[in-house]
Amino acid sequence: MVLADRVSKSFGTNQVLKSISLTVKRGEVMCLVGPSGSGKSTFLRCINHLEVVSAGRLSVDGDLIGYREANGRLYELHPREAARQRREIGMVFQLFNLFPHMTALQNVMEAPQVVKGLSKTQAEQRARDLLDRVGLADRSDYYPAHLSGGQQQRVAIARALAMEPKLMLFDEPTSALDPELVGEVLDVMKGLAKSGMTMIVVTHEMGFAREVADSFVFMDGGVVMESGKPSEVLANPQHKRTQAFLSKVL
Amino acid sequence: MTADGPNGSEPPDEALESAPIQAIRLRHPWRTVLAGVLILLLALFVIDAARRPAYDWPSVAKYIFDRRISRAAVNTLQLMVYAMVIAIVLGVILAVMRLTPNPVVKSVAWFYIWVFRGTPVYVQLVFWGLLAVIYQNIDIGIPFMKPWFSFETNAALSTFTLAVIGLGLNEASYMSEIVRAGLLSVNRGQEEAATALGMSWFQTMRRIILPQSMRVIIPPTGNEVISMLKTTSLVTAVPYSFDLYTRSRDISAETFNPIPMLIVASIWYLFFTSILMVGQYFLEKRFARGVGDRQPDRKVVAGADPPASPGAGGVR
Repeated sequence: MVLADRVSKSFGTNQVLKSISLTVKRGEVMCLVGPSGSGKSTFLRCINHLEVVSAGRLSVDGDLIGYREANGRLYELHPREAARQRREIGMVFQLFNLFPHMTALQNVMEAPQVVKGLSKTQAEQRARDLLDRVGLADRSDYYPAHLSGGQQQRVAIARALAMEPKLMLFDEPTSALDPELVGEVLDVMKGLAKSGMTMIVVTHEMGFAREVADSFVFMDGGVVMESGKPSEVLANPQHKRTQAFLSKVL
Repeated sequence: MTADGPNGSEPPDEALESAPIQAIRLRHPWRTVLAGVLILLLALFVIDAARRPAYDWPSVAKYIFDRRISRAAVNTLQLMVYAMVIAIVLGVILAVMRLTPNPVVKSVAWFYIWVFRGTPVYVQLVFWGLLAVIYQNIDIGIPFMKPWFSFETNAALSTFTLAVIGLGLNEASYMSEIVRAGLLSVNRGQEEAATALGMSWFQTMRRIILPQSMRVIIPPTGNEVISMLKTTSLVTAVPYSFDLYTRSRDISAETFNPIPMLIVASIWYLFFTSILMVGQYFLEKRFARGVGDRQPDRKVVAGADPPASPGAGGVR
């Protein structure tokens, strides 16, 4: 599903990703873990072309992200094409980024209506189903400012799901939440993983990684230090850097 | 604590609660004295003004609904509305131009603002009045070819039109900065969220960024509208002489009694300004949906969506 082949990314002279190669199969859940500044968020943002890759190839479901390759050359995609690729990839942000001028329901309805051209009734039906699925059917008419952080993040997940993505990216979805609100968001994500969604999750929630993830990747300094089954890596980290990090968060 | 789950804690037993505080309120004698002095001064001024012959209140009453004045008031209103429409449309275009990555487009917008904001509007209006002297004819067509249309500047553009253009183009430079500030005030995360959902730049602008920036744009725009209403009194520079101020000056030139006419004009200006302020109140309420209608009682970690909302306090 996601194939990263020696992906690098630099901001000016600062190389944030150094030759990252990863594979995520359909239906798999991958947890990306590492200290801040390790490049895990940047890698996630590269996958839906919010950041432009500087070297290597990144493809989702066989589609090269951001470029078209022909005759051995790369052509930059028209924004319209890039937008089409992003539709298939849902993203959940650390700070939710809900649209504050819309109710929860409108937040979820917006993209299917505007981007996919669904009718209002269709979009509303789908939005209500999704809000029900994340346990917020009774909050559909609330504005984000009147929802708790956990509720906002669940709306954000419903909003991403409304586009029926084949891949979901989570960028530290619980890092901005009060500790007691983390669980409700993780529960929704677990349900999603169980339903067979392909997911890449940047997180510090080791319990979630152990329970849900199919693969566990530890990054530091823009490099993949270690990867494998979460149970193995968490129980028996090989690399010294991984050991040091895990000893602090576990 | 969320509003979701059942609330486990019971309210504390009433018998254990202490009696409500009933303290003697603190007096502020100086506040009362100050208020009294101000009311006294105001009353003295009003009583004096009502009796003072120079204000000539009977003339004020006579001219306030004079046909010439009420027509001039309508003209002033039209000048303001047309000029502001030009200013807002052009202002949005200039603001977006300044935010594009294209350096030429950016510089053109910057240059426009530099010129039109950097010279007095009065001078600009005189320039527009002299347009026919500089460009006797206006040709429309492909450069260096025979024009499709050609007309004489003087015949095509009335002084009213020139006044509207002059006011509008000047105001556009201010409006563009207001709009730009509004667009920049919307959190970058909003654009990212919309982009990640597959929305195009235009959709993101229209559905997500602009509606949110309205909260920042409306108050200073209200200022500009009111300011524009008053700036129309400068159109005599074009020269256009059927606006409220110039018309009342012309009448007083006949009656040799300028003061009541100034009061008449001021009352009309105030009347329009008051209506505009009411309109602004309702516009602001409309665009405060979801954010301005309530102060969240506590901040969530790291703030949810600055600057729009500092986050939610959980409890419904």
